[in-house]
Amino acid sequence: MSSHALTLILFGAVVGVTVGITIWASRQTSGTADYYAGGRSFSGFQNGLAISGDYMSAASFLGISGAIALYGYDGFLYSIGFLVAWLIALLLIAELLRNSGRYTMADQLAYRMRQRPVRTAAATSTVVVSIFYLLAQMVGASALVGLLLGVTNEGLKTLVIVAVGLLMIFYVVVGGMKGTTWVQIVKAVLLMGGTLLITVMVLAKFGFNLSELLGAASQNSGKGEGFLQPGLKYGVSTTSQIDFVSLGLALVLGTAGLPHILVRFYTVPTARDARKSVLWAIGLIGTFYLMTLVLGFGAAALLDTGADSKVVASGGNLASPLLAEALGGGAGSTGGAVLLALISAVAFATILAVVAGLTLTSASSVAHDLYASVIKRGTSSEKDEVKAAKIAAFVIGGIAIALAIPAQKLNIAFLVALAFAVAASANLPSLVYNLFWRKFNTRGATWSIYGGLASSMILVFFSPVVSGKGENPVTGASLSLFPASVDFSWFPLENPGIISIPLGFFFGWLGTVTSRDLDSELAYDELEVRSLTGAGSEGVVTH
Amino acid sequence: MSETTHRRSGHAVYNDLHATPEFRELRKRYRAFAFPFTAAFLAWYLLYILMSNWATDFMNTKVLGNINIALIFGLLQFVSTFAIAILYARHASRRFDPLAAELNDRYDAEVGK
Repeated sequence: MSSHALTLILFGAVVGVTVGITIWASRQTSGTADYYAGGRSFSGFQNGLAISGDYMSAASFLGISGAIALYGYDGFLYSIGFLVAWLIALLLIAELLRNSGRYTMADQLAYRMRQRPVRTAAATSTVVVSIFYLLAQMVGASALVGLLLGVTNEGLKTLVIVAVGLLMIFYVVVGGMKGTTWVQIVKAVLLMGGTLLITVMVLAKFGFNLSELLGAASQNSGKGEGFLQPGLKYGVSTTSQIDFVSLGLALVLGTAGLPHILVRFYTVPTARDARKSVLWAIGLIGTFYLMTLVLGFGAAALLDTGADSKVVASGGNLASPLLAEALGGGAGSTGGAVLLALISAVAFATILAVVAGLTLTSASSVAHDLYASVIKRGTSSEKDEVKAAKIAAFVIGGIAIALAIPAQKLNIAFLVALAFAVAASANLPSLVYNLFWRKFNTRGATWSIYGGLASSMILVFFSPVVSGKGENPVTGASLSLFPASVDFSWFPLENPGIISIPLGFFFGWLGTVTSRDLDSELAYDELEVRSLTGAGSEGVVTH
Repeated sequence: MSETTHRRSGHAVYNDLHATPEFRELRKRYRAFAFPFTAAFLAWYLLYILMSNWATDFMNTKVLGNINIALIFGLLQFVSTFAIAILYARHASRRFDPLAAELNDRYDAEVGK
């Protein structure tokens, strides 16, 4: 049996299992607490797996191992920010948010501010961050499935986007948070299992000697010592070095401001469980990035990464799947076909789970913050609200599909980094101020969100990722979003974080000191008690 | 107002709890751990990034076979992350949770479950 046929069968199995779980979960979902927060009934360990499932996207699974395979040490350097960031979530956000919020990121602000302005602001940034992230994942999915199945036909690739989009809408509309969480858990187990298998096989090839693996990688890469040293990718010029610092800041400060991560803290019964879930997530995500280090260097050591190799042609994304094939006995062998199909299916499950989490989060925010609170002013029934969330999932899913189809031909790889930058510049300042600054008020909250959002987006718009980066010397494709002939860029960095994060904090401060809002200040005592002790926070939903 | 709106209760019990010495102590303990450790790990991570960019000679020094300081420094970021996480969890369950539980009980006694 060919590898493609086997891959298709395993893809089918992934879809079958996840659809089954979703239908099962839908039978246990009735009110808003079930739909938005899975009844708050998940254990710390389950939620830790689900957080890992939400966080480890195809970009980290295939992208980071690919970056290590191509750029050596710098790929590893990139992965570290993604892990370290979790300490902010653990130390400052997870437990306090669990105690003081309810369903969405906005809840925690609305607790002591004027409802409508802060909910509108927080919902806007939730939807913007989620759509950017979603778009990057969906376009990545079509390119990836195309590569894995050997599809080059444009129509078929578009069909992949539509199919992934419809599946994600199905998970979210039918399964709600309970179904989506179980999809994440299944995906996390598959991803950890698949990665562990390949890691052990790579290490076994080198007698479990890391130094030998590194030596073989640097030799086979043709880049020598430099392959094991920082600088191959980010050390090209002073601008690229500052750019990397800027990216590092966005990764570290953005993770704890990603709306689809924040809502995961509401799915557990207590703050203690929220703490446990972040601990599990740190363990799982850390182990995972350590394994991608082995995968990346393994691919560099065992595969051809020359200028016209398959690995380079895929931008590194195929490094892990091809490594699996090589370890199984190479192209054409049964073992190779089985392992390639297995890793491809893991990548596919990864994509499905991440897009479902993103869609659920933005649909929840639209329904809970905009529909129920801003438009209906709290007069809608739970039933109406869940219905609104399902309609929102259809609309957001539809928009994502509609945008992803034309975006296939564009260079949108920057969108993931942009999502982190917006999360760090718009969401984190308002969350941190709200939890720790008594005087923080409505104007401060809206200014920090809109200010951080606008400054990161404006800076990116005038940066080389949107225009003026030139074209790929081999393929002639533009390296920016716009065609190579257009250039209106004036901001030299590709990552706005180093400017936009301080701006987000600055606007939050400015808005606060230029307005008086005694209500928010008085309510701070209540927020503080509730966030630290859990007094009055909602527990498990029992039916 | 239906229960879809999430906002402060305005219940006086919160002000009472806020004024208790137990709550002040809980807040002090929490901040005394969370703030310095956040500052420390951020500084440690920034140091790593800055050195990877601008202290390459030092980072490229080989220590054991092909393993250089850059790799060890990177792996130490994993170690410090795991260590701070475990330390925090132990500290929190010993030093925060009993106080939080006690205050929570007072709330329940006052307001009812």
